[in-house]
Amino acid sequence: METPLIEFRNVTKRFNGKTVLDNINLSIYENQVTTIIGKSGTGKSVLLKHIIGLLKPDEGTILFQGKPVNKMKKAEWEAHRRKVAYLFQNNALLDSMTVLDNVAFPLRQTTNLSKAEIEKRSMKRIDDLELAEAVGKFPSELSGGMQKRVALARALVTDPRIVLFDEPTTGQDPIRKNMILSMIIHYRKKYGFTAVMISHDIPDVFFISDRVIILWEGGVGFEGPYEEALKQNVPMIDEFLRSLDGFQDQLTGLLSREAFKMHYSAMLGAAVTETKYSAALFGVRLNILYEALGAQAAVAVLKALGEYANRYFNSIGGFSARHSRDEILTIFPHKNLAEARKLVEGFSHELENGVVDHIRNIAWKNSDAATCFDIDIRAGVIEISPEDSIEEIIQKGRAEQEIISTHRCDLGGKVQ
Amino acid sequence: MKEQDEKKLPLGHENEAPYEKGGPARTAVFPSRGRSNISPFFAFIGGWAIRMIGNFGAIAVFFFLAFINIFRSKQIREITNQVYYIGAKSSLIVILVALFTGMVLGLQLFYTLVKFGSVGALGSAISLSLVRELGPVLTAIMIAARAGSAMAAEIGILRNSEQIDALYTMGIDPVRYLISPRIAASIISFPLLTAFFDLVGIIGGYLTGVVLLGTNAGTYFYRVQSSLGMVDIRGGFIKSLVFGAIVSCICCFQGYFCHMRNDGFGARSVGMATVSAVVISCVLILVSDYVVTSFLM
Repeated sequence: METPLIEFRNVTKRFNGKTVLDNINLSIYENQVTTIIGKSGTGKSVLLKHIIGLLKPDEGTILFQGKPVNKMKKAEWEAHRRKVAYLFQNNALLDSMTVLDNVAFPLRQTTNLSKAEIEKRSMKRIDDLELAEAVGKFPSELSGGMQKRVALARALVTDPRIVLFDEPTTGQDPIRKNMILSMIIHYRKKYGFTAVMISHDIPDVFFISDRVIILWEGGVGFEGPYEEALKQNVPMIDEFLRSLDGFQDQLTGLLSREAFKMHYSAMLGAAVTETKYSAALFGVRLNILYEALGAQAAVAVLKALGEYANRYFNSIGGFSARHSRDEILTIFPHKNLAEARKLVEGFSHELENGVVDHIRNIAWKNSDAATCFDIDIRAGVIEISPEDSIEEIIQKGRAEQEIISTHRCDLGGKVQ
Repeated sequence: MKEQDEKKLPLGHENEAPYEKGGPARTAVFPSRGRSNISPFFAFIGGWAIRMIGNFGAIAVFFFLAFINIFRSKQIREITNQVYYIGAKSSLIVILVALFTGMVLGLQLFYTLVKFGSVGALGSAISLSLVRELGPVLTAIMIAARAGSAMAAEIGILRNSEQIDALYTMGIDPVRYLISPRIAASIISFPLLTAFFDLVGIIGGYLTGVVLLGTNAGTYFYRVQSSLGMVDIRGGFIKSLVFGAIVSCICCFQGYFCHMRNDGFGARSVGMATVSAVVISCVLILVSDYVVTSFLM
C-alpha cells in the first residue's frame, strides 16, 4: 500500500479548552489534489496549519513520508517545510511591498539567484495570473480577487512540491474562480506538486480533486474520492454537499447538479407510459484550449457553450447541467432519438456561428503566440428510459459521442 | 480511583470536597484557619511572579535568537534600512530635545552655582550631567517613544494580519527578518544619537550660560574639556548600548507576541502592545541605568 505523503494519526487540537480537531486520522497522497470541505469553524484551516508547522497538535502525531514530524531533526524538518507553500485565506500579502516585490520576496530571501533571474521568474508567474498591470501597485490598491491571485503567484513562485490552498477561490468572480481551479490543475500536471485545498466551490472543486476529506464535528466525516462520497448515502454528507451546491452553475448559467437531479426526478415522476425521452452529452476538451490560449480563453468558451445550450434547449423544454469540468448533459423531455438528433444538428449550426467563431476570434487575437491547435465539440445523442440513472446516461452519452463542430488550426472551422 | 482521591485530603477533612484546580475548593479545605482571606493574595502574588519570571525567560530567549541571527547572511540591507529609520530619522527630535535640555541645565545650574560662587564650574556640571546620565537616558526614552512604539505597532500588525505566519511558510525565519535588523540597528544607533545629544546639549548650555548669562566662554569650554574623562564617555556609551538592546528587544517582543495578550485582541492588542512597549522600555531604561551606574562607579 502506498505510503501517504502526509498522515494525521489521532491528532487533537484544542484552543482555550475548545476541541477543534478531535482525534483526527487522515492521509494525503503524493501527486493528488485533496480537497478539504466542511462547515465554517470545523478546523479546516487549523488542519492545514498543522501540515506546515504553524500549529502543533496537542495530542497525536503528524507523519511526513511515514516519519513522525516531532521526531525529526530541525534541519530535516526545515528541508521538508521548504517544499511546502501555503496560500492564506486572507492572502497575508506583505502590505508595504509592491506586487512584484511580494512575488519575488521568497526567491530573494531563500535563494542565491541573480536579480535578473528572480525578476524573470516572478514576472512569469505574474503574467500567468494576468497581473501584469498591477506589478507596481501595493496590495491595498488591488481588489480582493487580485490580491488572491498575487498570493497565489507568490505561493507558486518557488515551484513547491506541496501547495496548501486555504480557500483559493473565495472572493473571485465565476470566471476567475474556474480559471484559478484550472490553473491549479494545470500547474499540478506541469510541476507535479501535491495540492491540499480548502474550498466551498462545489461542484467545480470536485472536477479537479482526486480525494475529498469532509470534516464534521471536529472529526473526519468522509475521506475518499468524490464519487464515493455521493454513493455513501450518509445523511450528513448528503445534506452538507447539497447545502453547498446552489441551484445554478455560476459560470455557465446552467442548472447545478443537484437542481438537475431534482428536475430529472420531477420529470420521471410526471412521466406517462410510453413517453420518449432523449439526452445529449456535449463535451469540449478545455485543456487543449487552456494549453493553447490560456485559462481565461478556456473558461470563456465553456461559458459561451453553457449559454448557448441554455438559450437553445430551454425554449423546447430541455434542461442542462455541467457534469464535469468540460461536459454538459442535456435532457430532452418528450423527444425521441430522431427529434433529439435534429435538435442537436440545429444546435451545431448555432455553435458554429457562436462558440467556434468565438474560439477562432480568440485564436486570431493570439496568433502571435503560435497558437495552432485543433479542437472539437462533441455530442452523444441517446434515447433514455426512466430506469436510467444520470450516471448511466452519461456513460451511454460518452459512448455515442461524435464531432458536431470543430476548429482546425490550418483550415479554420467547418461543420461535420 | 475514589480511594486515591480520598488519600489526597488532609487529616480531619476526609468528608470535604477533594482538591480541585481553582479557588473554591482550596477555601473549603482550610475553612477554620483563617487562610481564605490571605491565600488569594499570595496566589495572586505567586501567579504574577511566575508570569514575570516566565516573561523574562521568554524575552531572554527572544533576544538571544534575534542577536545570533544578526550575523546571518542577507542582513546588511535590512540593518541599513533600520539604522536609517531608527537612527537617522530620530536625529532631529534628539537634537531638539538635547538643545533645550542643555539650555535648561545652563539656566538652572548657573543660578545654583552663583549661590556658591562657582559659576566657573558650569561647563563641568553640564557636560558631566549630560555625558554620564542625561544623554544616554533621554536619548533612549526619546527613541523608545518614537521608534520603539513604531516597532511594536508595525510588528503587531504584521502578526495580526498573518504576515509573520506567511514569512514562516515561505521558509523565512521571522525573527531573523524582522527582529534581528531592528536590534542591530538600535545597538548601532543609540550610541551615535547619544553622542549627538551630548554635543548639542553642551552647545545648549553654552547658549544660556555664556551667550545669555555672560559666563566666560573660554572657562566654559576649558571646564568641559578638563572635567570629562574617557571613563565618563565610555560609561555613557555602555549605557546607551544597554538601552538600545533593551528598548528594541522589549518593543519587538511586545509586538511579536501581541496576539497572546489577555487584555485585547486584534487592533486593540496592537494598541495595548504599543503602550506596554513604551512604558516597560522607559521603566527598564531607568532601572538598568541605576544597575549599570552602580557597576561603573
